[in-house]
Amino acid sequence: MNLENNNAAYSGWTRLHLDGPLLALLALLTSIGLFTVYSATGQDMNMVIAQGKRIALGLVALIVVAQCPPEWFRTLTPWAYLAGTVMLIAVLVLGDTSKGAQRWLDLGFVRFQPSELMKFAVPLMVATFLHERRLPPRLIAIALSATIIGIPTVLIAQQPDLGTALLVVSAGGFALYFAALRWRLILGAVALAGAAAPLLWHNMHDYQRRRVMTLLDPSSDPTGAGYHIIQSKIAIGSGGWDGKGWLMGTQARLDFLPEANTDFIFAVFAEEFGLIGVLGLLTVYLLIIARGLYIATRAQDTFSRLVVGSLSLTFFIYLFVNIGMVIGLLPVVGVPLPLVSYGGTSMVSLLASFGLIMSIHTHRKLLSS
Amino acid sequence: MAGAAFKNTWQEKRAFSNRVAVASAFVLLLLGVLIYRLVQLQSVQHEYFVTRSDENRMRVHPVVGVRGLIFDRNGVVLAENLPAYRLEITPEQSPDLNDTVDRLSQIISITARERERFFARVEASASFDQIPLKLNLDGDDLARFEVNRRQFPGVNVRAGLTRHYPLGEVTAHIVGYVGGITASDLQRVDPERYRGASYIGKTGIERQYEPLLHGDPGSQLIEADALGRRLRQLDYTHPTPGKTLYLTLDAHLQQAAKAAFEGRNGAAVALDVNTGEILAMVSVPSYEPGDFIDGISHKRYAELTEDTSRPLFHRAIQGQYPPGSTIKPIMALAGLESGVFNRRSRVHCPGYYQLPDSTRRHRDWKRRGHGTVDTHEAIAQSCDVYFYDLAHRLEIDRIHDFLEQFGLGSRTGVDIPNETTGLLPSREWKRRVRSENWYPGETLNIGIGQGFMLTTPLQLAEATARVATRGAGARPHLLRQIKDNSSGEVQAVAIEPLPRITLQDASHWDEIHDAMVAVVHGRTGTARRIGEDAAYRIAGKTGTAQVAGLAQEDDEAPQLTDVPYHLRDHALFVAYAPADAPKVAVAVIAEHSGSGGAVASPIARRILDVALGHDNDPGVLPTQP
Repeated sequence: MNLENNNAAYSGWTRLHLDGPLLALLALLTSIGLFTVYSATGQDMNMVIAQGKRIALGLVALIVVAQCPPEWFRTLTPWAYLAGTVMLIAVLVLGDTSKGAQRWLDLGFVRFQPSELMKFAVPLMVATFLHERRLPPRLIAIALSATIIGIPTVLIAQQPDLGTALLVVSAGGFALYFAALRWRLILGAVALAGAAAPLLWHNMHDYQRRRVMTLLDPSSDPTGAGYHIIQSKIAIGSGGWDGKGWLMGTQARLDFLPEANTDFIFAVFAEEFGLIGVLGLLTVYLLIIARGLYIATRAQDTFSRLVVGSLSLTFFIYLFVNIGMVIGLLPVVGVPLPLVSYGGTSMVSLLASFGLIMSIHTHRKLLSS
Repeated sequence: MAGAAFKNTWQEKRAFSNRVAVASAFVLLLLGVLIYRLVQLQSVQHEYFVTRSDENRMRVHPVVGVRGLIFDRNGVVLAENLPAYRLEITPEQSPDLNDTVDRLSQIISITARERERFFARVEASASFDQIPLKLNLDGDDLARFEVNRRQFPGVNVRAGLTRHYPLGEVTAHIVGYVGGITASDLQRVDPERYRGASYIGKTGIERQYEPLLHGDPGSQLIEADALGRRLRQLDYTHPTPGKTLYLTLDAHLQQAAKAAFEGRNGAAVALDVNTGEILAMVSVPSYEPGDFIDGISHKRYAELTEDTSRPLFHRAIQGQYPPGSTIKPIMALAGLESGVFNRRSRVHCPGYYQLPDSTRRHRDWKRRGHGTVDTHEAIAQSCDVYFYDLAHRLEIDRIHDFLEQFGLGSRTGVDIPNETTGLLPSREWKRRVRSENWYPGETLNIGIGQGFMLTTPLQLAEATARVATRGAGARPHLLRQIKDNSSGEVQAVAIEPLPRITLQDASHWDEIHDAMVAVVHGRTGTARRIGEDAAYRIAGKTGTAQVAGLAQEDDEAPQLTDVPYHLRDHALFVAYAPADAPKVAVAVIAEHSGSGGAVASPIARRILDVALGHDNDPGVLPTQP
């Protein structure tokens, strides 16, 4: 263990504050994304270039973030959390309305989704809060953590953006989970959530309820909300074992599959590369998550462990929610396939979050046990 | 460590590793759920989704088989398919539709109605559909558009096929016409065969032989996107063209026959006496069949239906006329065959006939009478009194039974629709239809082809052919050959011989034949005018059919011109030639034209001249290469 540690310490990657295996896996995944975007956009090279630029920007963010020592983030987190919360309030008061929900904040030079920031700020805030505390957390710490998670969640749910709200809850919850929150409390929270489900259903908007109903029976609305799921299942199912081949997927190419280059890009991939391709893709994701969790176990302080652990699990949850939605297991919520879907905000923020993981991994103090 | 006072680093790290292990298991479990579902979709239900995917993207479009052509017996085109050019606009490729149509109307005439219809269709169609603006562009329009084509993006000329009848009015009643397919049309055909088709036979040969003429559709498998835009062809099945029909008609004869009417209304039929082939069948006035193809205008249709001369009416098979004296040869045959008269029997004609117990005088057309006549003279001079006496002696039932053998009173079975039966009356008929008894006076009228008796021109021609062939003859028909365009095979339509009429004494045929020759070539014949300069011998019989029952008591027969047109007599003539080796039988009716000898017989002579090749002006009709 020490030997390995020393090797890592002296390797060039560490000196650059980067993690070689993780970087290679991210490069592979984003490349797969570029090829799939090319096919899903009807071979639109301009969109591939735009996506390539976002990946480049994300990589710059990753490298920059990785150079900063983790302590800086611990210091910055409360301010980011505070800013994010203020902006969420601002969005509710004066935000742009897009697709029936207020999510965007127009800062004049850039349109920005504060909820995107909170996906990362919340787990970081919980980790910062618990960093100096005794673990497992005592009741008062738990209550305060719950408040840290709860405020932005409620604000985001008000927009309304239930999908992101749930992702923010999970991200914060994962931090608490890794902080060794007692199992009976976890089980209690899950039971409480189950009991609250009817209440949630009661407070949902019509379109949200329709999405859930559509999930249960897509044929109930084949031209409306069910259309997405039906067409996506046709795309995936018709791909079979080995797929129709790159650029040969008819569902996407002939516009039967809606949002083929964004939320439903997994269906395009599954149609063209089949089950074999899908298993390969899932393996890449699994390796990234495994590497993240491995780095978490090697982290040297509470903040680092909680941050890397919850970011890795959140990454998995994005993946699970997106694929679950595309294959008709979960309701249609606007979650892109991480690092593959066409789109800017999530690409840059996800790569930056991997920068944070690398920073934590490469700024370890060389101690002998 | 600094925080060691209240943090147990080692314990915390162990607890964390524990949590990572549980999280890993959680990740693997959820991934397992995803993979389970993916295997279900991509392996277990794969075939189902492949089908659904193909259903999404593939569209089958019918490809119409070309309709079979119709030729006359010599290869003259009677119905063909001509390219028709229509101007179409694809809205999504044309920047400003109003402006495009405005500019187009500067080089091509576009009516307000065409414009209105176009914009109505634009509203109802997808933006990538090709929407017709103007159908049937003429050559000038086409040329002007092609020159300016570059100024009109999204505007295209599409070539299609439309039906064309080169002889128009001349063959309209026989060939008929095609028209748009209606819901009721689809009830009498297999709709599968009409996918994508625009026309179906409505009348005449076009309707009768619709199953042969119609081509079977092929299909085109198209890949289309979610909006229905056609992207590429995946598969193609060739359509089967319809069969080419060769009719028995001689287009040149048909034209000559129509011209011979010189504007009179009426009908004429020329038959090949041995085969039943209809060489010409004319009904005048006629109409332009092309007007009906793409929907006739209300105005034009009203003109046709309100015209008192009834141009749409096919007189040759639907017109029911009293045969008048043209029935006399067969009537005389009935007399000889029944033994009521023999060839030396004579009847005195004082110019009228009286039934034994009656004072009513049944007038002869010749006021002064024919004197004493035998069968031969009675036919040659068309003596009415002879036939009054004969009919009286035969009585109606024997007349009915004998004439029935010649096809009178029933459909000939010719192969075009809507033939009528005519009427051959009998005691039984009158009881059944009119609930009245038969009166002997009515029999007298039947003797001269008047009264209840009605015949179609085609029936008269058939009966004449049967006399000409001495009881043989074949069913009249119009279809001669069928050519299968896929195999190139030509199939001749079988001649259908009619049941032979056998007489107890076959020499009676000769008796009648000689008398009919005398009608044309005899010194006293009623049609001797047409016999004088004929290069061949003709056997014929004139007839004059009364339209209104003019008072028998009038002393003087009224002059033709004194009577209103619609009450004037019909002029009839039946004939066959060459008399000694008959080839062609003819029946002519000229409506409201007076006497058969004066008006109808010259028309028949003209038809026979052309049919037998004694025509000085053969004319030229385009034939198939």
